[in-house]
Amino acid sequence: MSASSAFNDEKGGSSSVAEPEYGHDPASGGIFSSDYKRHDDLKEMLDSNKDSLKLEAMKRIVAMIARGKNASDLFPAVVKNVACKNIEVKKLVYVYLVRYAEEQQDLALLSISTFQRGLKDPNQLIRASALRVLSSIRVTIIVPIMMLAIKEAASDMSPYVRKTAAHAIPKLYSLDPEQKDQLIEVIEKLLADKTTLVAGSVVMAFEEVCPERIDLIHKNYRKLCNLLIDVEEWGQVVIINMLTRYARTQFLNPNMNESLLEEGNSGEKTFYGSDEDEDEDEEEKEKKAEAAAMAKRKPYVMDPDHRLLLRNTKPLLQSRNAAVVMAVAQLYFHLAPKAEVGVIAKALVRLLRSHSEVQYVVLQNVATMTIKRRGMFEPYLKSFYIRSTDPTQIKILKLEVLTNLANETNISTILREFQTYIKSMDKDFVAATIQAIGRCATNIGEVRDTCLNGLVQLLSNRDELVVAESVVVIKKLLQMQPEKHSDIIKHMAKLTDNIQVPMARASILWLIGEYCEHVPKIAPDVLRKMAKSFTNEEDIVKLQIINLAAKLYLTNSKQTKLLTQYVLNLAKYDQNYDIRDRARFIRQLIVPTEKSGALSKYAKKLFLALKPAPVLESPFKDRDHFQLGSLSHLLNAKAGGYQELPDWPEAAPDPSVRNVEVPEWTKCSSREKRKEKKVEKPFYSDSEGESGPTESADSESDSASGSESGSGSEESGSGSESEESEEGSESEEEEEDEEEKDKKKKKKELKKPVQETESEQSSEEEERKHERKHERKAKPRKSDSESESEEEEEDSESESSQSESEESESETEIKKKKKAAESKPPSKPDKKENKKEKTEMSLLDLDDFEPAPSPQVTPVNTFLSNSLVTDLEGLSLSDTVLSPATISPSSALKNYELLHRITGEGLSVEYCFSRQPFSPDANMVAVQMHFTNNATSDTKNLHMEDVKLQSGMRVKEFPEIELLPAGETTTAVMGIDFCDSTQAANFQLCTHTRKFFVSIQPPVGELMRPFFMTENEFRKEQGQLMGMNEITEKLTLDAKCRNEHAIVQRVTTAANLSRVPCGSDKECRFAGRTVTSSSLVLVTVATKEEGAAQLTVNCEKMVIGTMLVKDILLALTQ
Amino acid sequence: MIHSLFLINHTGDIFLEKHWKSVISRSVCDYFFEAKEKAGDPENVPPVLQTPHHYLITIYRGKLFLLSVIQTEVPPLFVIEFLHRVADTFQDYFGECSEGVIKDNVVTVYELLEEMLDNGFPLATESNVLKEMIKPPNILRSVVNTLTGSSNVGDTLPTGQLSNIPWRRAGVKYTNNEAYFDVIEEIDAILDKSGTTVFAEIQGVIEACVRLTGMPDLTLSFMNPRLLDDVSFHPCVRFKRWEAERVLSFIPPDGNFTLMTYHVSSQNLVAIPVYVKQSISFFESGSCGRLDITLGPKQTMGKMVEGLTVTIHMPKTVLSANLTATQGNYTYDLATKVLVWDIGKLNPQKLPNLKGSLSVQAGAPKPEENPSLNIGLKIQQLAISGLKVSRLDMYGEKYKPFKGVKYVTKAGKFQVRT
Repeated sequence: MSASSAFNDEKGGSSSVAEPEYGHDPASGGIFSSDYKRHDDLKEMLDSNKDSLKLEAMKRIVAMIARGKNASDLFPAVVKNVACKNIEVKKLVYVYLVRYAEEQQDLALLSISTFQRGLKDPNQLIRASALRVLSSIRVTIIVPIMMLAIKEAASDMSPYVRKTAAHAIPKLYSLDPEQKDQLIEVIEKLLADKTTLVAGSVVMAFEEVCPERIDLIHKNYRKLCNLLIDVEEWGQVVIINMLTRYARTQFLNPNMNESLLEEGNSGEKTFYGSDEDEDEDEEEKEKKAEAAAMAKRKPYVMDPDHRLLLRNTKPLLQSRNAAVVMAVAQLYFHLAPKAEVGVIAKALVRLLRSHSEVQYVVLQNVATMTIKRRGMFEPYLKSFYIRSTDPTQIKILKLEVLTNLANETNISTILREFQTYIKSMDKDFVAATIQAIGRCATNIGEVRDTCLNGLVQLLSNRDELVVAESVVVIKKLLQMQPEKHSDIIKHMAKLTDNIQVPMARASILWLIGEYCEHVPKIAPDVLRKMAKSFTNEEDIVKLQIINLAAKLYLTNSKQTKLLTQYVLNLAKYDQNYDIRDRARFIRQLIVPTEKSGALSKYAKKLFLALKPAPVLESPFKDRDHFQLGSLSHLLNAKAGGYQELPDWPEAAPDPSVRNVEVPEWTKCSSREKRKEKKVEKPFYSDSEGESGPTESADSESDSASGSESGSGSEESGSGSESEESEEGSESEEEEEDEEEKDKKKKKKELKKPVQETESEQSSEEEERKHERKHERKAKPRKSDSESESEEEEEDSESESSQSESEESESETEIKKKKKAAESKPPSKPDKKENKKEKTEMSLLDLDDFEPAPSPQVTPVNTFLSNSLVTDLEGLSLSDTVLSPATISPSSALKNYELLHRITGEGLSVEYCFSRQPFSPDANMVAVQMHFTNNATSDTKNLHMEDVKLQSGMRVKEFPEIELLPAGETTTAVMGIDFCDSTQAANFQLCTHTRKFFVSIQPPVGELMRPFFMTENEFRKEQGQLMGMNEITEKLTLDAKCRNEHAIVQRVTTAANLSRVPCGSDKECRFAGRTVTSSSLVLVTVATKEEGAAQLTVNCEKMVIGTMLVKDILLALTQ
Repeated sequence: MIHSLFLINHTGDIFLEKHWKSVISRSVCDYFFEAKEKAGDPENVPPVLQTPHHYLITIYRGKLFLLSVIQTEVPPLFVIEFLHRVADTFQDYFGECSEGVIKDNVVTVYELLEEMLDNGFPLATESNVLKEMIKPPNILRSVVNTLTGSSNVGDTLPTGQLSNIPWRRAGVKYTNNEAYFDVIEEIDAILDKSGTTVFAEIQGVIEACVRLTGMPDLTLSFMNPRLLDDVSFHPCVRFKRWEAERVLSFIPPDGNFTLMTYHVSSQNLVAIPVYVKQSISFFESGSCGRLDITLGPKQTMGKMVEGLTVTIHMPKTVLSANLTATQGNYTYDLATKVLVWDIGKLNPQKLPNLKGSLSVQAGAPKPEENPSLNIGLKIQQLAISGLKVSRLDMYGEKYKPFKGVKYVTKAGKFQVRT
């Protein structure tokens, strides 16, 4: 901050300035005399033990500060209370401290230790507030302490503390710019932060400390784009402005081909000259030069990241915050292809309803935009109509916009409007209107005469200002075609008697002089009158009198020689040296003397040369080289700290710099994969088109692509990642469908021996599935976003398909069992287990997971659900032996004992939670039971009876097992709806002889089913499950479970969750929904050095959350 | 960003100052006073001023100037929007944003400003978060505070700041759960002399008052959402759902807030509820003029037009008005030259009329322009655009809330040119 030194000077003076200012405030005048006394009693109050007295004192002191009075002499008394227990006292002391620490540096140091202690507090809000105050104290000695604190806070667990750290960075930077390098490191670290809370603040810090380090943004660009909609509104403004600059350096001009095309039309366009300025012509010339090169170049293809930015900012046009809307508008203006810029007009027009200050700023920007892109605002012409109650500055800006919008089609309505404006009482406004009419007249040839006539009528207006302004404008108009209008000039010559406004007089004189040949009789007379009043005229008029005299002398020297001499003599002794100078110069030039040089021959040519008509142009022309919406643009001057908006690069820099390392997340990779698929299956192309990287903004197809992309962006308001995952899962689903068919075929082959009843059952199943599907679709969507609900749907579908397969599998199992139970090689299950492990680890390249075609695995889902794996397995292994193990998910299932063989008199029963969706009822948890008959006799009619349940719970009994021969084992599946509680289900297990009371109590981890989410959704959902719904525990990881894989393994064993992809390797995230109520369960395990870790569980159901924390904690620490 | 803030009353006294970085002398305001002097009308003071070392960005609200000092480049709207947010917060806390009220609550104001900005960058601007940290004053609390010495700074930590829905505080509890929505529409129109519409559009806003326990998730749907031309939302509204289904889905802030604003463009013909017949004329000779205004119902959709007023900014030379009104009464302010005719309810049987003479300053030329009339009116239980809320559903909580929707149509910037 270069200005800070200047600013310190001012501050130095402030205390001395403050005193005389007491006089300003009449109320304080009396109190001033007793100030010292008052301070004494304040000190006493501060020293007392009572908080209420301290509070009262602090309130009075703060009130003094607020009024701008000096309370610095109380510093020692106040600073003592920095450690006060009362929060309000403490806060007020902070206020005082921040205000006066700079002046009393030594004393301020006394308070530092308190804050240092605060930085270590377990409560994040106290840590944050300590950092906030510490960094606000402007004492240079503590810079190292601040640096340390910021660094520490930047890696704090709490995003709020990290946000505070980001806020502290610019504070430290302004205190000691030498810390820049270290601060950039912190900024870099915080930029990588994934929480919306931090994003806005850190970009703010970036803009203040190191806006030139654009390279720091690369890696975070996509993340910022995707987070944008969830960032708080002030952060949005800062981020959007920064991204505008970034995009200008990284992407190609989307309009570069269009400007080529425009050349063809430019001939027409020059007609309304002032709009197409000369610079642009030059630009066009340059472009022409480039044209050849460009033609060879392949058509412009928008970088997908460029598109991402445009798409993700668009919804923000609907923000209630005018600054956000403006920021998006300028982003579109500077970055979007021409065809798409139009969307911002509506939003900007909306802002015109806001406070007049907002209107003022918006209109300034609209005025600049209308010069470049007039078409955009034409439909909203009437919104710029002026009301008599508008403040003058608003009126004038609206007028500016109306003038810019004028063209042949709407000029008549605009002129009619202007007509009413001219009658306004607000004279400044009337003057501006007349100028506007002049500009319309020059720009649009058809109405020139109409305008001129109207203006001439105004010459008889009673108000002098109006007349004067008209004269000035008429003068400019006449210059375009003087010969037709000699009577207007005559009329104006008569006005010289009445008009006193210097500018108008000067204009008339110039006109007469210039066209003296058209008014040969009047001109000398006017000069005569002027010569008389010469001494009383303003300088500007005097100059024109001399001018007129010279011109007349050259054309009509007979009549005016003496007059000219007279005027020149008067001018010779004028007070103003400009006038004296001019007189001398002209005399030498026009009056022939013996010494006169060659120039005097050309005097006539010099004075009466044909002058080009003036171009009346908008004061907003060329303002757009400043970034719109910026202070610099508003002032039309570069403000301190303004970052130039760079020009588009000639060739796009390497786009791969924005790729983030985590491979499964980069969009490129996913895109590539999908592209590959696309080649295989062209029917995906529909969904592809929307986010396709090959979107062409080429001029011809532009409108089409615009609308297309528009619809695309509508669909994916909150980020393309989610969209992509959606697409991913869509395709997944479709393929699954196909595969299902395959599977069915295969199954049919297998199923041949299966009885009819079973096949019936399965067809029933299918029906039900369809029903459910329809139900789902009919149901109003409650879920957060469309994509989610869609996904849910998909889930349910895939679930049911899975369950179906499961069903059939289990059927086949039983059958197989009968055949192969004895001959089953013992090693088989283990082997299979291993294989599963392997697939889990290398999910991405399923190539070695032959022979099934494996396109399901899109890179989006890093971690396949267990069920999916089994599905695959079912496919690939279907021709080998099917064993019960196939059903079990990859992570080993834990078996629980239901009935010991001793109590069961030979019958032992074990159960496990198969983690399969229970197909008859989605709300039930599937429990797989293994029955083993260890007795010598057969057991018959094995079934359930007398189920005792807590209210709400339901059980679907397993089908009766008619016969379990001695020594045999069998399995059965039952479903229990636990109602999301860990209450036990009690029932009786009956055989033909005995009844056993048994109960099944589920571990909490089994009450949920995996749920797929993208990282974004996860974060979003997590954000909504804060506070009471969030439980955080710190833990030390078991020595064996320090790597990611082990953690994933243990967590998924403990709870039936699916992994959520995550950009950082320090975090593992899992998501699931409870089986009954479908409440979200989100688990995050963040690892740190030396086995330290933090476990966070977010769940709507607090009981479930608490229990889950315990379970996972146990799993991870043992 | 924002360096300092000065609050200045309309006579030019600085009655509060707050600095977020180093102290800037209040003499910087002199540049502003100069500009104010030049502009005359406070509305005409440029919102952005450049001084040798600083930039001053000012807003004018409720006869107060909020003047902020800026040192470096910052989007001016950012500052303006923030200053308005500050004024809104004062209004929210103290019922109004005026000098007296700010002076009375100077400590609370100071605490608020401290929380709203950190180092000049907005920190907490959501009213729900602020109210959690600093309790708004009320009489009962101030009595209790003086007796017990407790304070109005909340001792709970502002957890709202940590959540992703900062607009809603956690742990809201009500015995009566209610959600009310006011659909307020304003007609902006310019009518010309003959009564034809030059320009008309409808600006609507839905104000909500939601007092619901817990974390309710509301869905508000309209019968005819296609009517809405342009919308802007409170951050709580899920934009994607709006785009896809045209319903408003949101977790509401606690208390009063503006849910959305919308715009019905002039393409759909806007009904103009009243017509105005007027003639205002000034005579060339003899310093007087005549005024005759009659109002009548036009397209009122069968509803009663209430709160009808006519405001006329007279030319400077009009000295006094001698008029008779068949209904209501009129006042003419000599200082501001504003004639206000307060009519009240519009009776279609007996149309209100204002008639009489105006006396003009002797010797002054005949006023150039006839002043335009600004109409104010109100129609209860009608949204003039025809917008209708069809239903409000609540998810996420079990109880049944009281629900209500109210419609009001008002005249916005409704101007009749003469």
